[in-house]
Amino acid sequence: MPEITINNQKVTVEEGQTILTAARSIGINIPTLCFLEGYEPLGACRVCLVELAGGKTLVPSCSTPVTDGMEVYTNSKRVRQARKTVVELLLSEHEGDCQLCDRAEDCELKELAYELGIRDVHYEGEKPEQLIDESTPALVRDSGKCIKCRRCITACNTIQGVGALFPQYRGYRTTISPAFASDLESVACVQCGQCAAVCPVGAISEYAHTDSVWEALDDPSKFVVVQTAPAIRAALGECFDYPAGTLVTGKMTAALRHMGFDRVFDTNFTADLTIMEEGNELLSRLKKALKDKEEVALPQFSSCSPGWINFVEYYYPQFIPNVSTCKSPQQMFGAVAKTYLAELEGVDPKDMVVVSIMPCTAKKFECRRDEMNDSGYQDVDYVLTTRELGQMIKGAGIDFRSLEDEEMDKPLGTSSGAADIFANTGGVMEAAVRTAYELVTGRELPMEKLHIGPIVGLEGVKEAKLKIEKPLPDWDFLDGAELNVAVAHGLGNAAKVLEAIASGKADYHFVEVMTCPGGCIGGGGQPRYTDNAVRQARINAIYQEDEGKKLRKSHENPEIIELYKKFLERPLGEKSHHLLHTLYKEKETV
Amino acid sequence: MPTRENQELTQTMSEHPEDDPALLEALDTVIDGYGSEKGVLIPALQSAQNLYGFLPEKVLKHISKKLNIPYSEVAGVVTFYSYFSTVPRGKYLVRVCLGTACYVRGGKEVLAAIKDYLGIDVGETTQDRKFSLEIGRCFGACSLAPVIMVNDTVHQRVKPERLKELLAPYENDEVEANEGSGEETTGGSV
Ligand code: SF4
Ligand code: SF4
Ligand code: SF4
Ligand code: FES
Repeated sequence: MPEITINNQKVTVEEGQTILTAARSIGINIPTLCFLEGYEPLGACRVCLVELAGGKTLVPSCSTPVTDGMEVYTNSKRVRQARKTVVELLLSEHEGDCQLCDRAEDCELKELAYELGIRDVHYEGEKPEQLIDESTPALVRDSGKCIKCRRCITACNTIQGVGALFPQYRGYRTTISPAFASDLESVACVQCGQCAAVCPVGAISEYAHTDSVWEALDDPSKFVVVQTAPAIRAALGECFDYPAGTLVTGKMTAALRHMGFDRVFDTNFTADLTIMEEGNELLSRLKKALKDKEEVALPQFSSCSPGWINFVEYYYPQFIPNVSTCKSPQQMFGAVAKTYLAELEGVDPKDMVVVSIMPCTAKKFECRRDEMNDSGYQDVDYVLTTRELGQMIKGAGIDFRSLEDEEMDKPLGTSSGAADIFANTGGVMEAAVRTAYELVTGRELPMEKLHIGPIVGLEGVKEAKLKIEKPLPDWDFLDGAELNVAVAHGLGNAAKVLEAIASGKADYHFVEVMTCPGGCIGGGGQPRYTDNAVRQARINAIYQEDEGKKLRKSHENPEIIELYKKFLERPLGEKSHHLLHTLYKEKETV
Repeated sequence: MPTRENQELTQTMSEHPEDDPALLEALDTVIDGYGSEKGVLIPALQSAQNLYGFLPEKVLKHISKKLNIPYSEVAGVVTFYSYFSTVPRGKYLVRVCLGTACYVRGGKEVLAAIKDYLGIDVGETTQDRKFSLEIGRCFGACSLAPVIMVNDTVHQRVKPERLKELLAPYENDEVEANEGSGEETTGGSV
């Protein structure tokens, strides 16, 4: 194993490691703007330059492998000067209106300029044309802020397999954008926001709904209810300097009340409802296939993730019949709020405003889909990302850290642990299996802490098998059957599963797909910056929330039982069909 | 640069060659011949440009779908190489050298004068589809800078005030699209 010195500190490193990772392993930080953990270094930004003893030129540490005996200096005069020059050159071409910028709080470029003590830009650069792209309901792009680091290309192309963003034109005219420097609407972008999640600057962000939400809250004639997605409680704390993976469910609830929401509810409630509908849908597909010998599309795919729905509609329309017809929990919530809840509260649904807090930018798109108005109104009015909520709480002058924990309102604020784990990869599957297994056998899922080990964790594609023995009489056709399930997160991984199914190499009954790496906890609307360590910390927090609840299974949620009794009647019933299910349509990629 | 054959083809083609199913079929046959290995995008784009004279949006979208390559990636390649053009080319392609020698000896002024005279910008084509304007790198005639090329003919020591004279034979169609004018040095391929 090579031994090197970094700033005169000896360190033994593994073969093939880069100078950057070696330095970070001993607590020496080297700034980076284009590097993305886990992916091929691009060597595009040059801020990670370091000096090698005897070397004529400085080398980029992100892409230079260590060799035995190397002497590295990360903070020499030469390095500092070169780094300053690089950042000054970036700034000279940058539309730097920090006060008006979405990234004012956590911009990597601004922070770097500060750390390097840059007070003046000694170069006059040509600023690129500033094109603002507001063509989609989810995202805003500002080409004047782009530093051409290309992280978004890795996110969109390598991770998501979409390829909406590429360098266009050449030389000083180069711009990182959709075809011919057009807008996202004109290409088959799924609106996942993973580009925004990795962008170091304010060049891609969510389309803000903050002003509209304040307007609704200020309007006394409106009854404003809020739902919070499962993934928010494990990440919102990061906006207030809590370490990743700090659960802030109670403080979040309190903050939302302080902001003036009339009711604080939980998307987890409709996550439980989703399990009732989607679990029964799966069982009915299995019954058709195995008992009635009817033609039916299997495997069934989960449908909670709107980026994934876009992906199927654009790129794999042949699988549309396989996608569960269940609306996502966000949309089920809207439809139930503006019908059932409106009745309970005696509020005219036209005066009700439903706001969602989501870890996701695609949810902003989803709530505006034509199909999403089964209550007679747009079921969900506004979607705020975790980041937007953090900003609004600060703007409202709420001292988040000193808030006392509060409980959510009833009835749409009651949920099970199965709903919590919707936040992470493997969670929807586990929640569905907890319920489906019990419906079929009358017994609890026989697994330690109710977790399905093989589908827990950050592996891109995970599989599990589940043998069904001694089912209840209604399900005797399942006796001895082996249920094959798969879980994929990141659309590139989803595509692998789809290709395997299409070519007959894989045979599953149920497949969970979440658009973002790690699932919703790694969504495009979560606090930046999200790497695998952050993902894991948030996932741990979510499992902790699940295990801490008495109620662990969706079908045991008393408010769900009540909802069926009083209103929906039964899963997959007529009312459910009307309010909770939807259809998808093929879309042209170009 | 367009070849002799396709230059003529472009001349005789309709306003919207991209709507011609026969051309699309011809393109597909060529692309199918490349098989499915990586790196077929550039040859496919070259064939398309040879067939159509330029790269219409519809054809690029067709290529994107056929090769299963994101449209943004296709566009990225098309916009990277000045060889590819997404607008119909004129009968005469005027290329102004802005290599170092030409640049310092008045190439920039020549370019400004041509833009002014033809009323088009770099990358554009005149309404009557007679002239397209582009910038070139060195044509290998630096000692006689500034230099422009009109199709395959090199014109040397160009003076902005004598442009009208220089372009007149083309304007009056006295020169065939692929013929040197005879008086000037003919440059090699560029
Ligand atoms: S991207 Fe960063 S440096 Fe640029 S304006 Fe925004 S905050 Fe300032
Ligand atoms: S939102 Fe997703 S699909 Fe769209 S450009 Fe960004 S990464 Fe690509
Ligand atoms: S949009 Fe952001 S991530 Fe993409 S190249 Fe520009 S600065 Fe980098
Ligand atoms: S981080 Fe190394 S070149 Fe950008």
